[in-house]
This record gives sequence, C-alpha cells and structure tokens, in this order.
Amino acid sequence: MGKNLFQKVWDAHTVGTLADGRTQLFIGTHLIHEVTSPQAFGMLRDLGLKVKFPQRTFATVDHIVPTVDQDAPQDPLAAEMMQALRKNADDFGVTYFDLASGKQGIVHVVGPEQGITQPGTTIACGDSHTATHGAFGAIAFGIGTTQVRDVLASQTLALEALKVRRIEVNGDLRPGVYAKDVILHIIRLLGAKGGIGYAYEYAGDVFDRMSMEERMTVCNMSIEGGARCGYVNPDAKTVAYLKGRPYVDMSDFDTTAARWLSFASDADAKFDDIVRINAADIEPTVTWGISPDHGISISESIPDPAKATSAQEKASIDEALAYMKLPAGTPIKGVKIDVAFIGSCTNGRISDFREVAKFIQGHRVAAGVKAIAVPGSQIVAIQCEQEGIPEIFRAAGFEWRGAGCSMCLAMNPDKLIGDQLCASSSNRNFKGRQGSPTGRTVLMSPVMVAAAAINGSIADAREVFDLQQAAVA
Amino acid sequence: MPLDPVTQVSGRAVFIPGADIDTDRIIPARFMKCVTFDGLGEFAFYDVRFDSETGEKTDHPLNDPRFEGASILLAGVNFGCGSSREHAPQSLKKFGFNGVVAESFAEIFFGNSTTLAMPCVIASAADIAALRDAVENDPATTVTIDVDALRVRSSGGLDFAVTMPDSARDALVSGRWDPIQELLDSESAIEAKARELHYV
Ligand code: SF4
Repeated sequence: MGKNLFQKVWDAHTVGTLADGRTQLFIGTHLIHEVTSPQAFGMLRDLGLKVKFPQRTFATVDHIVPTVDQDAPQDPLAAEMMQALRKNADDFGVTYFDLASGKQGIVHVVGPEQGITQPGTTIACGDSHTATHGAFGAIAFGIGTTQVRDVLASQTLALEALKVRRIEVNGDLRPGVYAKDVILHIIRLLGAKGGIGYAYEYAGDVFDRMSMEERMTVCNMSIEGGARCGYVNPDAKTVAYLKGRPYVDMSDFDTTAARWLSFASDADAKFDDIVRINAADIEPTVTWGISPDHGISISESIPDPAKATSAQEKASIDEALAYMKLPAGTPIKGVKIDVAFIGSCTNGRISDFREVAKFIQGHRVAAGVKAIAVPGSQIVAIQCEQEGIPEIFRAAGFEWRGAGCSMCLAMNPDKLIGDQLCASSSNRNFKGRQGSPTGRTVLMSPVMVAAAAINGSIADAREVFDLQQAAVA
Repeated sequence: MPLDPVTQVSGRAVFIPGADIDTDRIIPARFMKCVTFDGLGEFAFYDVRFDSETGEKTDHPLNDPRFEGASILLAGVNFGCGSSREHAPQSLKKFGFNGVVAESFAEIFFGNSTTLAMPCVIASAADIAALRDAVENDPATTVTIDVDALRVRSSGGLDFAVTMPDSARDALVSGRWDPIQELLDSESAIEAKARELHYV
C-alpha cells in the first residue's frame, strides 16, 4: 500500500514518540512575525534557552506595519513590537526580512517568494494561515506562542498525526471562476468545522492546472474549513516556480527536484476520506454572514431563517443576519458596499493584481466607496511597479499602499469604521475582523472585489467586465 | 521542571451562547499589540461585553453579576476557531477560567489551552444544555471537570461522561502538559534527524 504526502513527510520528520503518545516532529522551517513571537522569545529568555537552529528560522514584519509610511508607525505599541522583533532577531541570530530589506511582506507571501518554502518539508509559524505553504507539497501549520517557543528551543513540536481527506475537483472551471471561488465553495460544502482532525489534500484537474499562486490561495483557506493544513502534491510547476529562488540550493538541482517530487502521494495511497466535486458546479462565490462557510453563489439569495431545516441552523442564520444587517431572502447581488479591499495572504500576490488590472482599465470606483489595494510583499509591490499596475489601480480610483496584512485584520491603521460593509479578498468574515466591532465583511475573489468597487454594490464580475475570455486555470 | 498534574478543575460556571465562537471574538486583534500576555484578561470577549458606540456593558453573560468569578466556561460547537493566537486561551485564563466544556473545539485552540494547563473537554449538546440550565437556575452550582475520570459533575447532581484525546488527558494528569523539557531531552535524536534531512 502506498503512502500519501502527509504520511511521507510526517514519517521523514519523526524524531520519536513522547510519553503521552504524541509524535516529536522535526520542524524544518520556522517562520515568525511580530505578533506571536515576542512572548515566545520572552519565555526563552526566562528559561535561559537559545534558538536551536537559527539558520532555519526566518522573521518578517507584517501584521502591524502601516501601509502608508511603512517604517514610521504612529502607534507606539506597533513601534514597540517592531523594535522587539528587531532585537530578538539580532540577539538570537535569526534572519530578518525587515522593512529596509526590500523583501518584507506577509510571512506567507515571503516564504514562497524567497524559495524558503519547499516540497517535502515541515513548516510551522505562529499564524493559522501557514497552511498556505502546503501549495508546495509541504506540511505546514499554524501554532500557538508556547509552541513557537518549543520550535525555537528544540526545532521540534509535540503533535498528533492528522487524518487525510482528499478533495478532488475535476472538470473545467467556468469563465470568471477563480481559485478563491473554489475554496469558498469547498468550505461552503464541507463546513467551517468539517476539516477538524484532517489535513486536506487538494487533487484533480483543477488543482493540476492551477498556477502556484492559485494553489496558495486554496491552501491558505484550509483553516477556514477547519483543517489544520492543506496541500497540493508537488509537480513540474512547483519545481519551475522554485528554481533559482534565493533559498533554493542550485548546486545539484536535478537531485533536489527529484527528491521533492518523490514526496507526492503514491498512486495507490490510502486516504481517510475522499470528496469529489465537479468543477462546473462552482460559481463566483461570496459570503453573506459571519463564518467562512456562510457562502452562496453570486446569483443566489441571502438565506431565509424561516426556511432553515433545524433550530440550530435558524439561530445561526438569525445571528449572522442581525450582525450583517442584511435582509433575509433577497439577492446578495446589489448589496451596497462602503469599502473594497484587495490584498492579504490569500489574494495579495502578483497574479491577483495583474488579473484585476486587466479588467479595471477604463472603469472608476463608484462614488462613496473607499477602495484600497495592498501588495502582499515589497517584492510584489516592485513587480507591480515594473508593470505599471499601480497607475492602473490609481486611475480607477484605488488607493495603492505599501506591503502588509492591512485590512485583513486591521492591526494597523487600515480599519473599517462603524458598520461599514467591505468587499474583501481576504479570508475571514468574523465579527469585528476588519477593525471595527460592528464592521461587516463579504469575502470574494479579487476580481469580484473590483467589480463591487466599480458598481458600488456586490456584483457579478462576469457582468461588470467581459469575463467570457478570462477563464483561469 | 516538574509540573503540577491537572486531574480536575472546579468552580462556578457560565454559559456563552453561540456556535463557531472564533478567536477574534475571544480576543479582538487590536488588543494583540503587546509583547507580553500579562494584561490580556480584561479584554476577553471585549467586543461582545461592551457596546461599540456607548462603551457601556452589554447583557453578555460575562457581565452578569450572577456569574461573576465563574471559572468554568460552557460553550457550543467549534469553540476557538479561527486564528492560532495563543492570546485567546491566555486571555481566558487571565480572565479567570480554568477549564472549558464544549461540544467541539478548533484544534489549535485546543492544543494551546492544554499547553496552558486549561483542560478542554467535549460533551454532548444535551449534557451541555442540562448543565447550562442548572447553572442558570442556580449560579452557585459548582461544576467539576474530572480530567482523570473524563466526567463532568455538578453540585446539583449532574454527572456525565466527556471526551478528550488520550494524549491531552495523559499530558494533563501526569503533569506533562508543557512538553518543553521532554522535547529538549532528545537533543541527540534531534541532531541526528537534522543531519538526515537534506535541506536542514
Ligand atoms: S494577511 Fe491576514 S490572514 Fe494573512 S497573515 Fe496577515 S492577518 Fe493573517
């Protein structure tokens, strides 16, 4: 019986079994950022411990950096956190992609960009969207701060193996349906807690055809489906993407590439569960509520609690609609928006900005809508500049900002005000997520965000733009 | 570093309604601008405990004087979903909670809580509803999470089975909930593994 990728990577990184039965797993790559690491370094200092493998730890600053005047936060707490990361990186000998490096950005954009993220490795980061790196065939997951301490001190974690669910999406995606729609659709089908206890393996035609960046968008939101990690098996595209990147050893690349590919799930691998989805069933998808599994296609109506099939479902719809201030049973299309946000570790990569730029020329953001575009990293920002993308966004009425997490969780000055409704390319629509305790988030693909910005209300991008030619993947 | 075994926790309890209570709700991101966890207790559930416009206390159960000082939290499904922020269980602990009984937990939250010696046990919806009713009828009810026997009992006579992964139960009752020492002890095996992995 063959093995799946999860089992191969897990076995290759197992150090031993702990007294409580958990596995001691070697973590090949540790990524850190300013929000969840300072307390861990504090614990190390208290215990008098060092970083075990400083060369396997990489830091960057993303969550709290302002997107205007990046290195001059007005907020003294933000400045303190940035200084703490600088000091910790210096004291413990950790590589730090700081604001002056030209390589700063959202940690899940920086890792792949630098070639730090590689197939067949284990990656941990004090951030739940670490699953993003699974796009490369790595086993990558988010950890808490005490675990950040564990990895710093020992390069290992105490963990239990996950079950593996293979999610196959076969067939052709329809024009105007993007990677974001695929993952929103999967979460809608399987639920926000459907993946608890599982790693998700994304397989089938649709993921085979996707670019690496699209695969990252999908793996990124595994956690919104309850799965601690998600991955796509490495293939020729994975190898081509990584070739020549700064942290890829090019001395014997053919051997390296062959080793990477050897981690892909065997043809006769066993899975704990298999789900099959028809690509043609996926439509541009948006959320209407306060959980990522509150998704509907753009042509559907907001759910009606009167039609709920259980008391629990009714209560959940009631709560969501009360918060979202949306009328039950009416089309989601046409709901007015106040803010449009394109960015985040889900959709803040070069391909996202290129795709939107293709369509917004000649259009204008609707009066009264604040639209902001935030590249995921300084490298993405530079690429965009080289291609003239910021001018296109500005001409259409978007504000073009510096790199960071920005309005994805609004720990910097980019926040919703009051109960503003935001069309957002980010990953979470929780209550209060975008900085205002009453702010409202509607998740969608970047092109759908652009369509909403131009329309002033939630819209079908296929109608706003000529998307018949734009089939992706 | 021998740790204290956690075989049972008890105290008065409070029920927090709602499914999928996420970590942004437990501790809103704006309170994570801190380099230590020390001051987090007062911000637990901040945005549901205080009205965003007036700043006044809402009628959230955590503001209800009848439940003041409760140390056992009762909740529904998928409690603690969302981000990996340890700020969430840290803020609950610092608020005064010692244990959580829910229908299910998000994994990262569960692991973070265990590492802080805060047991999270899984009970059926019916058992939680019965416990909620008991506590709401008589807030002086003492609830005990017996980690060793995997049962929850109330001073009013409720007594039902709960579940928790074996490894977490074992870690708590044997005083190994913080694995750091055991991880560090296998230094030579860690170094051997690093040599074996080509990319390290
Ligand atoms: S962009 Fe959003 S989800 Fe991604 S790391 Fe930053 S805050 Fe987290």
